[in-house]
Amino acid sequence: MSTATLNHVGWVLRGNPLTAVAAIGVAILCVLAAIGPWIVPYDPIASNVAIALQAPSAAHWAGTDQLGRDVFSRTIVAARLDLMIAASAVSLSFVVGAVIGSICGYVGGRLDRMVGRFVDVLMAFPLFVLAMAMVAALGNRVENIVIATAFINLPFYIRFARAEVNVRRNAGWVESARACGDSHLSVILRFLLPNILPAMAVQISLNLGWAVLNAAGLSFIGLGVQQPTPEWGIMVAEGARFISTGNWWLVACPGFALMIAVLFFNLLGDGLRDILDPRMRT
Amino acid sequence: MSAERLLDIDDLRVSFSTRRGMVEAVRGVSLSLDVGQTLGIVGESGSGKSVTAFAVTHLLEAAGRIVGGKIRYRGQDITNATWKTLRSTHGAAISMIFQNPRAALNPIRTVGLQIADALSVHSKLTPGEARARALDLLKDVLIREPEKRLDAYPHELSGGMCQRIMIAMAIASEPALLIADEPTTGLDVTTQKTVMDLLAAITAKRGMATILITHDLGLAAKYCSRVVVMERGQVVEDAPPLQLFSAPAHPYTRRLVAASPTLTSTIADLVVDGGEALPPIVEAPRAPLPPGTPLLLEVQQLSKHYPGGITAVNKVSFRLARGESLGLVGESGSGKSTISRMLCRLIDSSEGDILFDGASIGQIKANDFHKSPLRKDIQIVFQDPHDSLNPRFNAFDCIAHPLRRLEGMSSGAALTKAVNDCALRVGLPLELLERFPHQLSGGQKARIGIARAIACKPRLLVLDEPTAALDVSVQAVILQLLDRLRREEDLAFLFVSHDLNVVRMMCERTIVLRNGEVVEEGLSADLFRAPKSEYTQALLAAIPHFEPHAPQPVFEAVPA
Repeated sequence: MSTATLNHVGWVLRGNPLTAVAAIGVAILCVLAAIGPWIVPYDPIASNVAIALQAPSAAHWAGTDQLGRDVFSRTIVAARLDLMIAASAVSLSFVVGAVIGSICGYVGGRLDRMVGRFVDVLMAFPLFVLAMAMVAALGNRVENIVIATAFINLPFYIRFARAEVNVRRNAGWVESARACGDSHLSVILRFLLPNILPAMAVQISLNLGWAVLNAAGLSFIGLGVQQPTPEWGIMVAEGARFISTGNWWLVACPGFALMIAVLFFNLLGDGLRDILDPRMRT
Repeated sequence: MSAERLLDIDDLRVSFSTRRGMVEAVRGVSLSLDVGQTLGIVGESGSGKSVTAFAVTHLLEAAGRIVGGKIRYRGQDITNATWKTLRSTHGAAISMIFQNPRAALNPIRTVGLQIADALSVHSKLTPGEARARALDLLKDVLIREPEKRLDAYPHELSGGMCQRIMIAMAIASEPALLIADEPTTGLDVTTQKTVMDLLAAITAKRGMATILITHDLGLAAKYCSRVVVMERGQVVEDAPPLQLFSAPAHPYTRRLVAASPTLTSTIADLVVDGGEALPPIVEAPRAPLPPGTPLLLEVQQLSKHYPGGITAVNKVSFRLARGESLGLVGESGSGKSTISRMLCRLIDSSEGDILFDGASIGQIKANDFHKSPLRKDIQIVFQDPHDSLNPRFNAFDCIAHPLRRLEGMSSGAALTKAVNDCALRVGLPLELLERFPHQLSGGQKARIGIARAIACKPRLLVLDEPTAALDVSVQAVILQLLDRLRREEDLAFLFVSHDLNVVRMMCERTIVLRNGEVVEEGLSADLFRAPKSEYTQALLAAIPHFEPHAPQPVFEAVPA
C-alpha cells in the first residue's frame, strides 16, 4: 500500500472512528475463527454431566450447558463455521450476481427484462422460507446451507450490479475502451466490474452480517448444522429450552456473539464505501 | 444625477473548509451595482465568480463561510442577515437563475405549479389567482400557447423553454436584482441568443438590475453595461465592456481576451504570452500519392434510424483526404455525435457505407470492429475529458491501454517508453502519469485523452467537441496542440463542434448539419465569410462578439 492510500484510510478512520472499531472487531472475529480451536480452554464437544448447567464462574466464564460443555469455548469455536458459511455464501452470490447483473445492465433489452422478472419472482417469496425449502429439498448438509443462503441473496446482487452498471454504460470511458479495442465482454469485466466494486463491497459487508444471521436461523430450526457441532444458531436453539428454568447463560453468550458479528459487519460496510471510492481521495 | 446604489460588496472573503484546511475561494472582492444596472462577472472556473453570487444570495453550501467583508443591499448590511429579515425589509430582493435549467426544475411537478410555488412564497394567493399570475408570467417570458404549457412537465419542454420557465419563476416575486449564473451554458447558440435577448428585454422593462455570471466574453460584452473580470478569487479589472475588451489593462484580461476565439483569430493568436515555449512545427513530409490511391475516408449516404421512426442521420455523404481537417458543426440534435460514433464504428449505421482507405468498414459490425486491424487507425477524442477516463486507471494506464490492446504490448520498458513518448508529445509532465483522473486538472485530463487517442498512431482522429468542457485559456493551448499534432504526424481530423469560431480556425473544410442532414459544405474560409444557407447565417449571427467593431446588438425578444 502506498503512503497516499494509508493517508486516505487514516483520514476516513479519523472522520468515522466507528469504522475503525468495526474493522478491529471483524479482524478479531476472523482471528478467533482461524485459531479458535487451539486457544479455547476446554474441548467444545467433550461433555461432563457432573458439571452440567453451571452458572458463569472463574473456571467457566460463560457457564456450562446441559451436557456440561463449556459455553464460552463452544461460542469461540463456532465462529469459524458461522463465518465460513456466511463468507462462502456471500462470495458465491456476489460473483454470480455481479456477473449476471453487470451483463443485464450493460446489454439491456430482452435479456435484462427476463432476468429482471426472474429476480422479481424470487423476491416475491419469503426468502427465509425459500432457504428452508431448498435445504430441505437438497439435503440437510452445510454445503446446502451455503447454496441456499447464496441463492436468496442473489436478487440483491443482481439488482445492485445491474443498476450500478446501467448508470455507467454510457460513460465516456466505456466508449473509449471500445475505441481502444476492447470487446463488450472485456469492457464489462475489466472496466465496469472494477468500477462498481466499491459500491458492491459495501453491500458485501452488510450482507455478511445478514448471512451469519440466516445461517444461524436455519440451524436454529434444525436445518443444516447438526449436534454436537458448535454453531451459534444451534446453541441458541438448545439454550432456549432452559431459559424458563433460569439458565440464561446458555443463550446469552452465542446470542451476544451473533449480535456483535452482525453489528460489526454493518458498521464496516459504511466505512468501506468511503475507503474504497477512489474519488474520495485527493 | 447619480443612480441609487443597490448592492455594495466590500472586501468579501469566503472560505471553504476542506480536508487540507481552509481554502479561500473569494479573496477580497469589492464591487457595486446601481439600480437597473447590468453587471457581468467573467472569469474561468475556480475564479470565485459563482461563490461570490452564492454569498450574496445566502446559498453557500455548508462547508463555505463568509469570513470577512460586507455585503450591503440598499445600504443595509445583509452579510449575515437571514432570509426572513431580508424578506421583511425588502420583499423578494434578489432572485437567481442557474446554469442547468432542467436540473433546477422539479421533474415531477408541472411548471405552472412550480411558478405558483415561487409566487406563494411571497404572497398568499388562492390556487386560482396563482394560476392566473403564472399564466401572465408565461406570457411575459413569451412562451407560445401558455395555457397549454402551464400543465407541462419539465421533460416535455426544450432546454431553452425550461430556462424561460426559470426566468418566469425568478421574476415572479418582482425582485430588484436578478443574478444569472451561466444561464445559457449548455444551450445551443441560437437558443442562447433568444434566451439572453428575452432576459435583457424583461429586466430592462422592469428596471431590474442584473448580474450575469459567465465565462463567455461575448455574452458579457453584448448584454452588460459593466464587466468585472475575476481571477483566483479576486477582481482584476472592472470597466465598461468596450474599454475592457479593446484595451484590456490587466495581464489576465489580456490573456483571456486573446484566448477567446473571434471571427478573425487564428490558432497562433490564441496564446499571447506565458504559455509554453514551443519548438517550431515540423510539417510531416507529404510524399505525392501514387495515382489511384483511394481517399482516406469516404462516407456514402450514411443514415441512422432509431426505433420509433426517429432519424438521427439522414443520407450524409462526405470525403476526407489524408492529413486534411474537416469540421462538422451543428446544434444539439443535428446528428454530429451520431456520425462520429458511426465512423469510429462504435455504433452501427442503418444505411449507407463508410470507405476507409478504400475498404468498406461500414459493413463490419460495431460489435466486431475491435478485432479489425483498422481499429487503431481510427481513434476518437471525447467531449468530456473527465468522463472519458476510467476512474480506476491512473494516467499511465489510460495511455497504455490502447497500446496493450491494439499493439499487443505487455508491461515493460518498451511500454513505459511508448507511454512516456505519448505524454511528452501532448505536453503532459511525466510525473503526472502516476495520478488518477480526479487528481488532475481539466487541461491535463484533455491531454491524456489526446495522448491515448494518438498512442497507436491513427490515421484518422475524430474529435468530438474536444474542448467544450474546458476554460478558454486551456482550450487555446489544447487547440494549438491538436493543430501541431495534425501537421507533424499527417493526421486527418474530423472535428465535431458547436463552436463555429473554433471550427473555422481548426478546419480547412466545414460541413454544417441540421436535423441529421447536410445544410452546407465548403471551404471554411468561404463558408464563414459568406454563408449561403439561411441556417448557417442564423448560426453565425447568434454568436455574441466582444470585439469592439462587431455590429451592435438589437435586443428583440422572440417567442418560443
